[in-house]
Amino acid sequence: MTRGPTLFNRISVFLGLGFLYAPIVLLVVYSFNASRLVTVWGGFSTKWYAALLKDQQMLDAIWITVRLGLISATAATVLGTLAAVALVRSGRFRGRTLFTGMLQAPLVLPEVILGLSLLLLFVAMGLQRGFWTVAVSHATMTLCYATVVIQARLVSFDRALEEAAQDLGCPPIRAFFLVTLPGIAPAVAAAWMLAFTLSLDDLVIASFTAGPGSTTLPMRIYSQVRLGVNPEINAVSTLLIAIVTLGVGIATLVQRRPKGVPRG
Amino acid sequence: MKRFSLTAVLPFVWLAAFFLFPFLLVAKLSLSEVALAIPPYQPRLDLSQGLNGLSAFAQGLDLETYARLRTDHLYVAAYLSSLKFAVVSTVILLLVGYPLAYGMARSGAETRRTLMMAVILPFWTSFLIRVYAWIAILKPEGLLNAALSSLGLPTLSLLNTDAAVYIGLVYAYLPFMVLPLYAVLERQDESQLEAAADLGCTPIQAFWRVTFPQSLPGVAAGALLCFIPMVGEFVIPDLLGGSGTLMLGKVIWTEFFANRDWPAASAVAIVMLATLIIPTLLYQRQQARMVDGR
Amino acid sequence: MNDPARPRLNIGAIRESFAPWADPNAAPLVRFEGVYKQFGDETAVKGVSFDIYEGEFFALLGPSGCGKTTLMRMLAGFEAPDAGRVSLGGQDLAGQPPHRRPVNMMFQSYALFPHLSVEQNIGFGLSQQGLPRAEIRARVEETLALVKLEGLGRRRPHQLSGGQRQRVALARAIAPRPKMLLLDEPLAALDKKLREETQFELMRLQQTLGMTFLIVTHDQEEAMVVADRIAVMSAGEIAQIGRPAEIYETPNSRYVADFIGDVNLFEGRVTGADGTKVRLGSNDCPAGLEALEDDHLAMGSPVWLAVRPEKLKLHLDPPGETANRLSGKVVDYGYLGDWTTYVVELASGRTVRAAVANVSRLVERPIGYGDPVWLTFAPDGAVVLTR
Repeated sequence: MTRGPTLFNRISVFLGLGFLYAPIVLLVVYSFNASRLVTVWGGFSTKWYAALLKDQQMLDAIWITVRLGLISATAATVLGTLAAVALVRSGRFRGRTLFTGMLQAPLVLPEVILGLSLLLLFVAMGLQRGFWTVAVSHATMTLCYATVVIQARLVSFDRALEEAAQDLGCPPIRAFFLVTLPGIAPAVAAAWMLAFTLSLDDLVIASFTAGPGSTTLPMRIYSQVRLGVNPEINAVSTLLIAIVTLGVGIATLVQRRPKGVPRG
Repeated sequence: MKRFSLTAVLPFVWLAAFFLFPFLLVAKLSLSEVALAIPPYQPRLDLSQGLNGLSAFAQGLDLETYARLRTDHLYVAAYLSSLKFAVVSTVILLLVGYPLAYGMARSGAETRRTLMMAVILPFWTSFLIRVYAWIAILKPEGLLNAALSSLGLPTLSLLNTDAAVYIGLVYAYLPFMVLPLYAVLERQDESQLEAAADLGCTPIQAFWRVTFPQSLPGVAAGALLCFIPMVGEFVIPDLLGGSGTLMLGKVIWTEFFANRDWPAASAVAIVMLATLIIPTLLYQRQQARMVDGR
Repeated sequence: MNDPARPRLNIGAIRESFAPWADPNAAPLVRFEGVYKQFGDETAVKGVSFDIYEGEFFALLGPSGCGKTTLMRMLAGFEAPDAGRVSLGGQDLAGQPPHRRPVNMMFQSYALFPHLSVEQNIGFGLSQQGLPRAEIRARVEETLALVKLEGLGRRRPHQLSGGQRQRVALARAIAPRPKMLLLDEPLAALDKKLREETQFELMRLQQTLGMTFLIVTHDQEEAMVVADRIAVMSAGEIAQIGRPAEIYETPNSRYVADFIGDVNLFEGRVTGADGTKVRLGSNDCPAGLEALEDDHLAMGSPVWLAVRPEKLKLHLDPPGETANRLSGKVVDYGYLGDWTTYVVELASGRTVRAAVANVSRLVERPIGYGDPVWLTFAPDGAVVLTR
């Protein structure tokens, strides 16, 4: 860039980011507010975090949500890797158009529709709704995101590397594990994280597909929020934001290549 | 052409079972009727009666639920209002998102990376929490009014109004608008602007004649990427909107959970889907073209 | 062939005596028989047949898209011929996957595994063969020494220079001691000077290992320097196979003459042929053209005479009236240091390139634009082409 940003550019960026971050910052700040009222600053306090630790229902919801995220993200990443390999490496195969359609539709479709359709499936199958129905639903939704992330990396992955491995005596599947997988590992990790975060975040699909005893954290938050602003929710939200920020930060550092080194 | 791909089998079967098949169920249910039963609809497919069961099932299906949607004022109003919310929000998003994306693209390389991260980060933090944060700001005794009254200005009652829904939609979907716009703007070659200036354009003319036309694919991608999910948005109208805020996502939710009218919920979902098919196809074509163009 | 008494650099002399293709009893190592390959609507390879012999350095030469890489990939197992047979050591390769074939390839992109060290890259094929660890280590060390990369074994590919990466790719492909080494544009990514050095190193390596090398290249100089024989390819077919000198001095078609080096082509009709010489009438040369040719060509048939620029002799004063005398004026010239190339426009309007060696530092009469000059060539300096 020979020309720097103009004043207008700077103001746009400042206002835009301010708009994006102000509510989050306020939320975080007020999670440390001793007063229950939003507009009154009653001094710094961590009492809402302490209250959180005593709220067994909230802790149960957190535990369920984390387990859900771990399981559904892992399933989605495995399936997404397979799907990405099929899309990038198999050329034109029978059913490819349908396959791509099924992989892309959930990315844009309203969650309400996905949730409703999955619920109807579980009802039709006569399945008791609970932890596993949510896990399957989340894996289905996040599998599409995982595929997109891995596919993008796989497309730019030099196919000659796989061929070289085969040329040196590796059967194709072994070549995939020895050469391709290490090459796309950052994308696989990013896909897993994305899937985990989406699962952690989902309210709508979980509401449709969860049963008694599988109330997730967003469902818990939602039911509390409907009753109004609650400092305890501020605290749990702040914790979630901190965890996600930390995770994204670490992921960015890991993925960043060492400077000044040509690409291999 | 290969007959089929071995690696595709597992994800294919998974998606067919948990995505495609459930859709057919929604379609089927939208042709059924409400019944006081568990599950609350009829007819139900009874395969134990063989072909008779199948034909009885087929005869039980009708378009009555759709007719009900057309005549019931509530559904029509919700449909139109959903479209209105989505279209107006998309336009506002463009007006807000374009300057932001443009400003990002014009920054130095290091700054650009940081700004990019800054825009993506809210996307990773919970949607629900970000919407919730606005309640504290917009409610009558909230932060916005506290700020206004301290400045001696009249207070606003925004929470539970359509205005709050617009704010929430624009806020929540801003990253989805900014990222595609940024992607096209960032790719633009600075020397094109110099060429335009050399040929007699003022900076503003150069923007409209050179930069903006080239960013149209990003405008289209961003607009579609926001418009489609906004039509079916549930959380924002539910938490920020009032009782008079009508949106299809909310209608489906209410029909399903409150009224237990599953056929109606399904029919609304099908109508919404039909509305979104064209924008979705447009979006996919746009994406394919952007990938090819690289 | 690895006679220690023989000076190692005298590769040309070794190659002179090496000609298994001339021996009717020799069995080829690789045989392509009537190979076809179609990609979509495009036929990449159109019925190609040729043999490669044990110990040979064979080059497939042609412009991009001529099918040379497809042929190599068939040998490695990454493409299967639609029709025809590819065999190695008398055995049909059809149905054998790449990882079971005793050939190794050096990829144009090098395809080094970025997550493995240089040693691990080189040892990859060896560990795939299930060799014991100690032996792998010894073989890797030996191979590193062979490509002069001692001490760099612990590095990762991205910590190496382009030339070093090229050697690692080479080392990785020869470490498993394949029956044959395939080189896909191996030097394309190197700069000119390094490329020339590496050409000689490749030849030395091939002699030391006694391995059969197949190189695919679009660079005719590279093919001429390294190869025992060259197959010149054009649009999926082989135009000519022969030693570099044969291809250069006796091309069999205008395509080959033009593709290898610079050439002047004169169009003409046969006006006389006696079994040793042929005479042509041509617009370009009123005195007539003459060339050695033992074929009896039909009177009046259209032929082309190919004359390399360095075979033309440039005169400032009119030489005596003979055949093969062209006159014109200089319209352009380029000084290359060792040579100067003159572009001469003949009375017929055709431009001819003549290369003159700059044998002395000072020139008595400099030649400039518009100067009238005369060009002559010996009858044995020209090749008669009928296609």
